Amino acid sequence: MTLGTFILVSLVKILLALFVLLTAVAYTVWLERKVVGHIQNRWGPTRVGPFGLLQPMADGVKFLFKEDLTPPHVYRPLYIAAPMIAVVFALTSIAVIPFGNWIAIGSIYTPLQIADVNIGLLIILGITSLGVYGVALSGWSSNSKYSLLGGLRASAQMVSYEIALGLSLVGVVILSGSLSLREIVDAQAGHFWGFIPNWNIFRGGQFVAFFIYLMAAYAETNRIPFDLPEAETELVAGYHTEYSAMKFAMFFMAEYANMITVACLASIMFLGGWRGPVFGPEILQDVLPIFWFLLRVFVFLFVYIWVRGTLPRFRYDQLMAFGWKCLLPLAIANLVITALVVALRA
Amino acid sequence: MLHLILFSVFGLICAAAAVNLLVQSHPINSALSLVVVMGSLAVEYLLLGAEFVAAVQVIVYAGAIMVLFVFVIMLLNAGKDERTKGSRVSLFIGIPGVTIGSVLMAWVLITHSGTRSVEAGALPGDPRQIAQLLFHQFLLPFEVTSILVLIAIMGAVVLAARPEALQPTEEKN
Repeated sequence: MTLGTFILVSLVKILLALFVLLTAVAYTVWLERKVVGHIQNRWGPTRVGPFGLLQPMADGVKFLFKEDLTPPHVYRPLYIAAPMIAVVFALTSIAVIPFGNWIAIGSIYTPLQIADVNIGLLIILGITSLGVYGVALSGWSSNSKYSLLGGLRASAQMVSYEIALGLSLVGVVILSGSLSLREIVDAQAGHFWGFIPNWNIFRGGQFVAFFIYLMAAYAETNRIPFDLPEAETELVAGYHTEYSAMKFAMFFMAEYANMITVACLASIMFLGGWRGPVFGPEILQDVLPIFWFLLRVFVFLFVYIWVRGTLPRFRYDQLMAFGWKCLLPLAIANLVITALVVALRA
Repeated sequence: MLHLILFSVFGLICAAAAVNLLVQSHPINSALSLVVVMGSLAVEYLLLGAEFVAAVQVIVYAGAIMVLFVFVIMLLNAGKDERTKGSRVSLFIGIPGVTIGSVLMAWVLITHSGTRSVEAGALPGDPRQIAQLLFHQFLLPFEVTSILVLIAIMGAVVLAARPEALQPTEEKN
C-alpha cells in the first residue's frame, strides 16, 4: 500500500469510526432514558419521532442554541479547556479498538481498526488515565464548593479503581501473550468440549477478572452505583455544576463515549471480540463479525443501564474500602493464580 | 524524514512546556505544563521505537503521578505565588552559563565519544523483548528494586498514619 492510499484509507476509517461513535453516544443516551423509564414504570421519551427516536437530535439542537453561561468567578482558561480535555481523551481511545477481521475493498486490504498497534491495551489504559484531568480541572476551575468536591472525589476514585482495572486485565494478557488487541481476540478463536467458545471468560477461567473489570469500569466511568462525583443529593451535579449548554454536553458525551470504550474493551478482552458464527455469502461474512461485536457492546451497555435502574448509590467511604480492600486483593489473587496455572501448563 | 520532523516538533513542544513550567506563577499551570512535558517525552520515546517505555511514561507519569500533583494543588487550594524580582546573578551569569555549558557538553559528546545515533528500533523497545530482559537477564536487580519500592511504600504509610493508628488498639465492645 502506498503512502497516499494509506492516508486516504486511514482518513475514511477515522471519519467512519467517529461518526459511528458519536451516533452511538447519542443513542446510548436515548436507550438509557428509555430503559430507565420502563424500569421505573414510565415511558421515557415518546414525543419526538417514533419511540422518541429523534430525541437525541432535538437535545443536540437545544444544547447548541442555549446560552453559554460562564460564571464570573471561574478560572477561565482551564474552565474552557476542561470539557475539551474530557471529550478529546474519551474519543481518542476508539483509535486502537478493532471492530472485526481484515476486509478487502477492491485491491485494498485493511483491518477494521484505525491503528493496529502492538501496545493497543497500554494505549487505552494510558488515554483513560489522562481522562481524569478533564474532570479534576473542571472541578477546580469552577471555583465552587460542589464542583471542587466532585472533582476531588472523581480523581481519587478514578486513580484508585484504575489499579484494580489494570490488574484484572493482566490475567488476559498472560493468557494471550500479547498486548495487541487484535492478537488477544485471535487467541480466543475456536471451541472446547465441542460447543463452548474459547473466550477468556470461560476457557481462561477469567470470570473473576471479568467481574472485577465490570465493577472497576463502573467506578472509572463515574456511573451508578459509584457516581459519587456527581451525586445529585449531595453535590448538586458535582464537577459540572457550573457548566451549561455545549460545555455541559461535552462532559455528557465524554461520559457516554467512555462507557462505549469500556464496553468494547470488555468484549475484546473477555468475550471473544468479534468471534461468532459466520455463514452465507461473502458480504455477509464480512458484516457478521461486526454485528457480533456490536451485539456484545450493546449487551454490556444494557447491563450498565440496568444496574443504574436497580442499585442505589454507595457512601464514599464504602466506595474506597471496596476498591482497596476487596477488589484490589481479589485482582492480585486472580493474577497470581492465572500466572501459576500458565507457568505449570507450559 | 517524517520521523525527524515529528521528533523536532515534539522536542520543541517539550522544551517550550518546560520553560512555561518555570515562567507560570500559578502552581496548577506549572503542573499542567509538566504533564505536557511528560506527554511529549512519551511521543519522543515512541518515535525512537521504544513503545513500551512510551506507554508506561504516559500511564505512570502523566496519568498517575501528575494527577496526584494536581490533586494536592486542588486540595490545598494553592493560590498564585508572589513574584520576586529574581536575582541579578542568575540573570547575568546563570542563564549564559547554562547555555554555554550545555552547548559545550553537546559538542564534546558529538565529536569525542564513540556513540553514533542509533537507528529507530535497533534497541529493544517491544514489550516482549523488554519482558525477556527484565525477567531473565535482569531478574535479580528487578526484584531487588521492587522490594525497595515496597519498603518505600511501607515507610510512606508509617509516616502518613496518625500516631494513634500505629498503637496496638484494645478491642472495643
